[in-house]
Amino acid sequence: MELSLSTHDFGDHTVLEVGGEVDVYTAPRLRERLIELVEAGARHVVVDLSRVEFLDSTGLGVLVGALKRLRAVNGTLKLVCAHERLLKIFRITALDRVFALYDSVDAAVAGGVATPDQTT
Amino acid sequence: MATVRLSFSPAPAHVRTARLVAVAVARRAGVPDELLEEIRLATGEACSRAVALHRSHGVSELVHVSLKDGERFTVEVVDRASNGSALVGSPEDPGMFLVEPVVPLTVTPDTLTEEDVAERMGLALLAGLVDDIAVVPVKGGGGTEVRMSWPLPKPGSRT
Repeated sequence: MELSLSTHDFGDHTVLEVGGEVDVYTAPRLRERLIELVEAGARHVVVDLSRVEFLDSTGLGVLVGALKRLRAVNGTLKLVCAHERLLKIFRITALDRVFALYDSVDAAVAGGVATPDQTT
Repeated sequence: MATVRLSFSPAPAHVRTARLVAVAVARRAGVPDELLEEIRLATGEACSRAVALHRSHGVSELVHVSLKDGERFTVEVVDRASNGSALVGSPEDPGMFLVEPVVPLTVTPDTLTEEDVAERMGLALLAGLVDDIAVVPVKGGGGTEVRMSWPLPKPGSRT
C-alpha cells in the first residue's frame, strides 16, 4: 500500500497520521510533510504510526531528522506505535530510548509537551 | 531446489517489488508465517543498502536478488558498487560493517544526518533481525553480497 499522510490539530499538538509503507521510496514524502509542518509553526507534533504497515531504516532516519528539527525550535515529537511489529524495529535500533513512544494519540497528547527522556 | 532471481535498476521504487517477491517466494517455500515479516524487512534493508551504494557511487548496473529454497530459505542481494566510503568497515573485513555500527547506537543520533542514521539503523536492523547473515565481497571485486538465510521446516511441503 502506498504512503498516506493526513494532519489534524489536537489541542496544542499537531497529529500527523501515517498509513501504508514507509520505505526508501516513500520516506522523502514523509520528510517533506514534517518539514512543512515545522515551517508552518507546529511545535508539538505527534506522528501516529498506527496504520503503518511497513517501516524501514529510511523511515527511522526521517523520524530522527524530525526530532532534531523540532528540538532545535524547542518543540517535541511523539510517536504513536502500538504494534509489536514496529516496536521491535525501535528496540533493535535502540531508538526506543530516543523517541517518546505512546500506544495512542490520546496518551501522547496527555503525556504533556515535554519529551520524557529528554529533560536535559 | 527452486530459485527465483530478480534484477532491478537501482531505483528506490523497486525495493518494494523486491520485498514483495521475497515474501511470496518464502511463503511458497514453506517458511513459517512468523518469519515472513523478518524476511520482508531484511530483504528491504539489504536492497535499500544496495540501491544507496549504487547511487552514491554513480553505478547504474542492476541490483541482483536471488531467492533459494534448499535446506534453508536463502536471500542473496548483490550490489555492484565498488568498495568505498559508503562501506563502514574495512573492505578486507566486510563483516565489520555489519557489526561495528551496532555498538555506538546508544550514542545519541543528534550529530548524524538522516542518511547516516538510516544507514546505521539499516545495518543494525540487519544484524539484529537475521541470525544467519554474511556480507562478502563479490568475486573479482566491485561489490558486495549480503547473504541471509532462514530455517525451513524439515518435512517440507515444497513443490
